[in-house]
Amino acid sequence: MENKDTSRAPVSQKSHVVEKPEHPEYIGGSISVEINEKKVSVPLGTTILEACRENKIHIPTLCHHDDLCVSGVCRICLVEVEGMRTLQASCAFPITAPIKIKTTTQAVRKARRHIIDLMLSEHCGECYACVRNNNCELQSLAKEYGVDSFTFGHISEPRYEIDNSSFSIIRNSDKCILCKRCVRTCIDLQEVGVLESVNRGDKTMISTFMDKPLSDVICINCGQCINRCPTGALQANDPSDQIWRDIEDPAKHVVIQTAPSPRAAIGEEFGLPAGHSMTKELNTALKRIGFDGVFDTNTTADLTIFEEGTELILRLYKALVEKDESVALPQFTSCSPGWVKYLEHFYPEYTDNLSTAKSPQQMFGALFKTFYADKIGVDPKDIVSVAVMPCSAKKFECNRPEMDDSGWKDVDYGLTTREMAKMIKEAGIHLPEMPPSNFDSPFGEASGAGLIFGATGGVMEAAIRSVVEFVTGNKIEDIFEKANVIPVRGFEGIKYAELPLGDVVGPVPGILQKLVPNWDWLKGATLKVAVVHGTANAKKVMDDIKAGGKFSQCHFIEFMACPGGCIGGGGQPIPTNEEIRMKRVEAIYAEDESLEMRKAHDNPNVVRLYEEFLTDGPCGHLSHKLLHTEYTKRGKYIA
Amino acid sequence: MLVAEKNSLTEEIEKMVEKHGATRAALMPVLQDIQRNHKYVSEFAQQEVARLLNIHPVEVYSVITFYSFLNSEPRGRNIVRLCQTITCDLIGKEIVAKAIERELGVKFGETTKDNRITLEFANCLGMCDQGPAMLVNDKVYTKLTPEKAVEILNKVK
Ligand code: SF4
Ligand code: SF4
Ligand code: SF4
Ligand code: FES
Ligand code: FES
Repeated sequence: MENKDTSRAPVSQKSHVVEKPEHPEYIGGSISVEINEKKVSVPLGTTILEACRENKIHIPTLCHHDDLCVSGVCRICLVEVEGMRTLQASCAFPITAPIKIKTTTQAVRKARRHIIDLMLSEHCGECYACVRNNNCELQSLAKEYGVDSFTFGHISEPRYEIDNSSFSIIRNSDKCILCKRCVRTCIDLQEVGVLESVNRGDKTMISTFMDKPLSDVICINCGQCINRCPTGALQANDPSDQIWRDIEDPAKHVVIQTAPSPRAAIGEEFGLPAGHSMTKELNTALKRIGFDGVFDTNTTADLTIFEEGTELILRLYKALVEKDESVALPQFTSCSPGWVKYLEHFYPEYTDNLSTAKSPQQMFGALFKTFYADKIGVDPKDIVSVAVMPCSAKKFECNRPEMDDSGWKDVDYGLTTREMAKMIKEAGIHLPEMPPSNFDSPFGEASGAGLIFGATGGVMEAAIRSVVEFVTGNKIEDIFEKANVIPVRGFEGIKYAELPLGDVVGPVPGILQKLVPNWDWLKGATLKVAVVHGTANAKKVMDDIKAGGKFSQCHFIEFMACPGGCIGGGGQPIPTNEEIRMKRVEAIYAEDESLEMRKAHDNPNVVRLYEEFLTDGPCGHLSHKLLHTEYTKRGKYIA
Repeated sequence: MLVAEKNSLTEEIEKMVEKHGATRAALMPVLQDIQRNHKYVSEFAQQEVARLLNIHPVEVYSVITFYSFLNSEPRGRNIVRLCQTITCDLIGKEIVAKAIERELGVKFGETTKDNRITLEFANCLGMCDQGPAMLVNDKVYTKLTPEKAVEILNKVK
């Protein structure tokens, strides 16, 4: 798997990994083993767990996760290997010789039951008051192994304080089973390094640097650790109680925007397989719940393309024509708040490269309490704006103190996909049964360009669809079949593409005429772009830029904090793995292809917004006030 | 911490890293050097080590909390560790401990007011046949009696 980078893993973990041969059919490339008396042949280096899964033999796991490197700490996956004195952890046992494996002997069952009993003896939590009720790996293991009493006792008093200092993440160590998935996620996938195990023996716990609260250490709020935690030890900071209160308050006008990724994944919370977009069903459900207006974040994603695209053109114009050396290039996208905070901490000297355009969520927030308030004649102080996002970092983003350009807190609450599903269930609604309905006016429907923001490469593709048409005057379909910009799609951690603009340029579209006189300066130019997801990959690209490598020559780079982009966000349904993320992406691309309107600049609602409200155009005065922001050089030092 | 202090600490750690190599594997020897010189590894020092070895501060902290001979909080000028494991316990560790506490006026886990001595318990020092045993910094003393222990500690500067 692309993201499974174990180069930093301690030596103790590396011994569990054996390189698989390129050609298993060559002599010595495969090994035949016996699993429960059945003979099978597997490539050298396959782990016992993989071999069993391949052959549909179920082995329970806890510390193992498909996205992460082998750890072998929980021991729940024990099996018997003939000739070995002790039971072996199947996830950490690469097969290098013909062996005989037994997975269901009494010794195995007893050992597993003991492990569960030991975990439960220290596990303080009540399932019915837990976010992970019914979706908890520990709970289901207890069920699977028929736990009906606590062999080793069961503590009922909490031993730890809950850390709810963060806007995004809550940690409850009493429910932690020390599987270290969060540790591996934060270090290997995200390269942030917030969590590690501290102390030793029975005092071991997962903690932060100097046991500080999460808000005081460098956490980018991506929530990837939550998505990989098997239990309720990590959860997002849930604002749904306040939202219910506001919905019930007749004086409040509560609006909600829905992002494309939650729509592509929320069905999973209602038992559907991954890969069903529920956009229109969700609209109906939200109106029934009592939201006064339901809007599509893609509207402001389209707007983002206008603002961010214009900003890019302006930067290029200044750099190439006016020869202004102070212009920061490549321009970085700024819609992933996890990525923004990552850059602010680890590469503060590059904050000028971030597009000043706000994320779609925050743009909508600023419009709700200005343009929209005016339009419907409601005092902005009575508007409550909620955003359904795939993301836990969006909670932090909406609480950034500078996000008040409307004169009010632009977005009041960021709600994750999981929390949204919970609210819908609480209202007694089964989402898949809802009849479809449209988004509300005055913003209406949006383009497929905004929609694909949810997948890694989506912002880049949306920008390319518009910028190329603006500059060349040609249809994007003439270059990329069905407007699908394939070179920037896919799950590769770092993608790089070159896009020759050609020698023919078109007229400057009206909306940009104030900013550039013509496109002659782009004749024959090649647009160099890159797409990066997961902050561990971002680190590689940033280090390359710092060293003056290939990526420093790019014009525009899309960065997303989460593996897979927003569809793999920290607020999305659990579990997650590459297959599930792939299905969600497919759902998004399919929805995009089904739309008439697939380019941001074709969105009539956005065009009208520039005519009626943001009259000095993209990157104009009012845009700058409402739709752009500034960044903080935070640095790495933890005080 | 003052800027000048910070700068000199950074310089010191840089030299240690130069000596042991700027790799993950250098973490233990570097931490031991810092512990030896300062009796603890401060928050700032931990972050400098992390920066120079290109790992995360929490990884450094994790290692420090794992080992009893590394600490992240300031200690006295001398660290006294009395063995608390079973053999020493059976042969009179308790009365030695009482005598030491009485003499210094602080309990185990604490540091004397003049910052001279920090008292700690340790697990088996490998001197079980000669217990009770005690470490003063890196020097080991065996066959302790209350009187002998007090006498040893009174000589510690
Ligand atoms: S973490 Fe799992 S086992 Fe523990 S209380 Fe929550 S649901 Fe129950
Ligand atoms: S939210 Fe992200 S950065 Fe913060 S601890 Fe979890 S994985 Fe690490
Ligand atoms: S917080 Fe969750 S993921 Fe992390 S070690 Fe504990 S149980 Fe595992
Ligand atoms: S799943 Fe194999 S040891 Fe945890
Ligand atoms: S028990 Fe004290 S030295 Fe071994």
